[in-house]
Amino acid sequence: MTPQTMNITLVVNGQHHSLDVAVHHSLLDVLRNDLDLTGTKECCAEGECGACTVRMDEKAVNACLVLAVEADGRDITTIEGLATEDHLSPVQQAFLEEGAVQCGFCIPGMVMSAAYLLEHNDAPTEEEIREALSGNLCRCAGYKRIVRAVQRAAEAGR
Amino acid sequence: MFGYARPESLPEALELVGAGARPLAGGTDLLVGLRKGKFTADRVVDLKAITELQPAIYETHGGWEITAGTVMSDIVDHPGVRARYPALVQAASAVGSIQIRNRATLAGNVCNASPAADTAPPLLVYDASVVVAGADGERTISLVDFFVGPGQTALLPGELVTRLVLPPPTRSAAFARLTRRRGVDLATVSVCCGVGDDGSVRFALGAAGPRPLVVEDTSGTLADPAAPEGDVSGRIGELLAVATPISDVRAGADYRRAMLEVLAHRTLEAALAQREERR
Repeated sequence: MTPQTMNITLVVNGQHHSLDVAVHHSLLDVLRNDLDLTGTKECCAEGECGACTVRMDEKAVNACLVLAVEADGRDITTIEGLATEDHLSPVQQAFLEEGAVQCGFCIPGMVMSAAYLLEHNDAPTEEEIREALSGNLCRCAGYKRIVRAVQRAAEAGR
Repeated sequence: MFGYARPESLPEALELVGAGARPLAGGTDLLVGLRKGKFTADRVVDLKAITELQPAIYETHGGWEITAGTVMSDIVDHPGVRARYPALVQAASAVGSIQIRNRATLAGNVCNASPAADTAPPLLVYDASVVVAGADGERTISLVDFFVGPGQTALLPGELVTRLVLPPPTRSAAFARLTRRRGVDLATVSVCCGVGDDGSVRFALGAAGPRPLVVEDTSGTLADPAAPEGDVSGRIGELLAVATPISDVRAGADYRRAMLEVLAHRTLEAALAQREERR
C-alpha cells in the first residue's frame, strides 16, 4: 500500500515551503527529514518528553503529536529560528552562561518551552518555571541549572 | 499507515466516520494509540476545519457550551469558565503538559473514555452532557450515561460529539488528583467533590473503576462543616465502597482505595471552603 500524500504549505522560521508529505507523517518527521531541521529532537514520540517542542501559530506543541498535514498553512518556529545570525536568543545565551546543558538532547525543547513561558510571564517564580517545563524531561536530571538559566534569561529580559 | 481527510462540513465528517474513519481532534491520544497499535484506522478524519466544531466557549440560556474543538488551554484561560466551573479548570490544568494542553480537546478527553480522564470527575460533578450528531440528527447524552467502560462510550457507530453542555453550576466543587510526578502522568486516582446548594454532596472518582464513578450523599452530614469527624469519615467510607480500583504499574488497588479516601477528605474541605466564598 503506497502512503497517501498531500501537498501542504508551511512557514518555518520565516521561510515558506510547499511540500508533498505522507499524511501519516508527523510535523517532527517533516521538520527533520524533509527540511533537515534536526535541532528539534525525536525521543519518546508520544508527547511525554518535550524534546520535539516547537511553536505552531504562537502555541508550544509537541511536533511528534501533530501530523504534518495538520500543520498545513501554519507558522512554525523551531529552535533554529530563535537565534539571529550574530546573536543567540536571550534564553539560549542564559543556558550557555549558566552551564545548563549536559548531554544536550533535551535542550532544544527546554529552550522552546522556556521562551514560551517568558513570552507570557517575564518574571516567573521558580514554581512557575518548573510548571512551564513540566512537559520537558532531562535524562541527565540537570534541572537545577536549567531553572537557574530561565531565571537568568528572565532577569536579562526585564 | 493510515489515510487522512479534512472535511469542511459536519455532514461530510459524519459520512466518513460512518464509513469507519476515526475522528481526529487534538490527536494527543489518537496518534500515540495508532502508532502503538492500540487503535487501528484505515483513515482519520480531521475535525478542525469544520466551522461549528472550532474552539468556542459560550453562554446559552441553559448554561455554557464548549465546542468539540476547544482545547484544555482555552478552558484554563477562559474567565467565564474560571468563575463558574473552577474544578474543571483545576482538572484541565492538570492534563499532560502545556504542549499537550495546547492540543488536547475536552471532548477528546471525554470520548477517549479513560477511567482516569482528568476532566471526567469535574464534568460529572457539574452535570455535564454531550451533544452528539449522527446521520439522523442530534441527541444529548448525560455524561453519567456516556461513559460505559474503559475506552467505551455510548456513542453509536457514525456519531460524533459536537459540543459539551454545562448547566449553570449548582455545586461548589474542588478537584484533586494523585500522580507519581506532576507533569505528563496519568492519574493514579482523582476525585472531584461538589457540595450542592441543596446540601447534597457528590463525589466523582477517577481511576477507581472501569469508568468514572459518581456517588452522592444526601444525608446532610458531609455538607455540615460542624459534623463530627467520625461521622464524616464513616460516611465517606460508605460512599467509596463503590470503588473497584485495579492494581497496575501506577499503584496497587489497596493504595488506590486509601488515597481515594484522602482525596475525598481534601476535596470536601476545599469544596466547603469554596461554598463559604460563594455565599
